Amino acid sequence: MNVHATDPSALLGNLAEALATGAIEVVDLTHTLDQDFPVIVLPPEFGQCARFRMEEVSAYDHRGPAWKWHNFTCSEHTGTHFDAPSHWISGRDVPNGSVDEIPAERFIGPVCVIDCSEGAAADEDFELTPEVIEAWEAEHGRIPAESWVLMRTDWSKRRGAAYLNMREDGAHSPGPTPAAIRLLVDERGIRGFGTETVGTDAGQGSHYTPPYPAHFYLHGAGRYGLQCLNNLDRLPPTGAMLIATPLKIKNGTGSPLRVVALVPGRT
Amino acid sequence: MTDAILPPPKKDPQKRTRTQTLPSGLRSRAALGLTAAAAEGRFMLQVCGECGALQYPPRDACSTCLSTDLPWRDIDPAGELIAETTVRTSTNTYFRERTPWRVGTVRLDAGPSVMCHVHGDAPRGGRVRIINRLDKSGQGVLYALPPEGTPHMEDDPQLREITADPKFRRVLITDARSENAVALAEAFAKAGASIIFIGEPEGWRPYPHRAALEAIPNVQIVPLDVTDTASVTELAGEIGGKTDILVNNARFVRPGGIMDRGDTVFARDEMEVNYLGLMRLAQSFGPAMRGRGADGDNSAAAWVNILSVYAYSNMPAFGAFSASNAAAYSLSQCLRAEMRPGGVRVMNVYTGPTDDAWHQPLPPPKVAPAALARAIVSGLKDGLEDVFVGDVAKDLIERWRAGAKVLEREMSETDGGGA
Ligand SMILES: [Zn+2]
Repeated sequence: MNVHATDPSALLGNLAEALATGAIEVVDLTHTLDQDFPVIVLPPEFGQCARFRMEEVSAYDHRGPAWKWHNFTCSEHTGTHFDAPSHWISGRDVPNGSVDEIPAERFIGPVCVIDCSEGAAADEDFELTPEVIEAWEAEHGRIPAESWVLMRTDWSKRRGAAYLNMREDGAHSPGPTPAAIRLLVDERGIRGFGTETVGTDAGQGSHYTPPYPAHFYLHGAGRYGLQCLNNLDRLPPTGAMLIATPLKIKNGTGSPLRVVALVPGRT
Repeated sequence: MTDAILPPPKKDPQKRTRTQTLPSGLRSRAALGLTAAAAEGRFMLQVCGECGALQYPPRDACSTCLSTDLPWRDIDPAGELIAETTVRTSTNTYFRERTPWRVGTVRLDAGPSVMCHVHGDAPRGGRVRIINRLDKSGQGVLYALPPEGTPHMEDDPQLREITADPKFRRVLITDARSENAVALAEAFAKAGASIIFIGEPEGWRPYPHRAALEAIPNVQIVPLDVTDTASVTELAGEIGGKTDILVNNARFVRPGGIMDRGDTVFARDEMEVNYLGLMRLAQSFGPAMRGRGADGDNSAAAWVNILSVYAYSNMPAFGAFSASNAAAYSLSQCLRAEMRPGGVRVMNVYTGPTDDAWHQPLPPPKVAPAALARAIVSGLKDGLEDVFVGDVAKDLIERWRAGAKVLEREMSETDGGGA
């Protein structure tokens, strides 16, 4: 395989060949859309995130003899999902702020994975700080502009009540500090930020200033969010390509989606 | 005294489940007045509005003066058992399967003599009291009981045919997360239910009283979310064949009507839980329950809906919630019609504002979970079809019966016209 090909057709041909041979592997970063998968829980007087629900319309029976299909309902923010800038009040006026307006080339890009799994195992309120980011960069190089940054915590391995980890004082799960997000957005110019938890912010993120700093700064700057990601432990720290294409919902603030990454094969 | 029933043996898997047969067909329209009274467990007869004569049996014109003004009134149930016999065979399949069956004639202190079924402990020639209840075909029938309680009198086989006593029965209560769940489970445990399944939605988030539920004898917490068809279908597949009493305790309550909300998000949740939740449960659990109405001492017996009394007349402060309950009320009538051939009672328990977070700013009186649970269990023991729990619900249904349009206008005042 000619890894130095510059002719676009040759590049795509090489990619196709690498996918076929397993030289490049596809990793699925998505949870199954499942009725029992947790969604974010807000105080009950607020509107809530709709759970994923499915109704059978027919199943090769009197309702439709040769076919099976379902109606499903959910929120734009149910399951593994994409947050567009218009999701947050800080991003309400950014250009191309809804999922249908985002140029398609923004859905594919390089990805850096910051492994916080040890910290999150020791501290359920583990914070991604500028120091953690700088320590990662000292090992793997500066985070390139226009890349996705994913915070790996292995939180996706949690099941049931341990996932939201709700207590009387709210949810407890890891996330970024305001300073960390500002570093990524303002100084590194990332395209988006993703997590394994139910939101891009920590479970206790409402207690930062500003509250929910990842949502506030990312979307205010026209950047994107990904949450409820899976299998981040199968990504290299750098060198993978993320493909995250939300549904083209008119004025949509987000969308459930299939997120995959292209990674160097193990062979 | 009555022989106490024993815990039913495990079902013989080689035996066909007995099909429900029914005691009798439809009666005259006048006689259905007795049925309407029986739905609430009231002993009522017609009293002539012109001459005051008490009528029995029900009729279209007064037996004394031919007046057609014959309103139904609550009647003193005391009387004397002047004749009684035990039927040992019958041409009717229902009774033939259930003989011996005691019947008799009671002379009411109020005047007329009435034909009735007779409890085993009612003394021949002695004082009795009459109750009016729905039989397995949903018709009002009169029963003579001993004037005071006797040991295990609720276990009398004839009486158990018209009640839905939780004793030795297996109960499914939906929505473990609801504040009512603990009181309901405790009441059913006390009433002798053999298993109390409690359906728990969203096990992925905690709720305060889970430990209290687990501590109640015979409770088994099972996954169930009435908004999720797959979860309802799955649980019905597992326990549908041994659900004898189903209490639909799932309610989605939010304040607000039409214009102060400005969207249909909560309204959709209200319909998903309060209306479609009932539909999903009925589609999944209904067929098995309807097929087990005559399945021995732990036959399927009753389906309980907890409804807002504002199903009858909208309370604008909870206007959208009221509307979803009106839909559920209408659906419960359909369920009743569909359950009737199986002899399974559909009991609606109507409540005014309940003592919970959503009604917290409302003034008393409010219905506490324990009062609701008591009303449900005693309604089942009495074999009722309609129960109005608390002063608000009782007052509202009285006003609705007096004049639905007048009540509608009263309800449009901000305080619900005293509700
Ligand atoms: Zn008369």
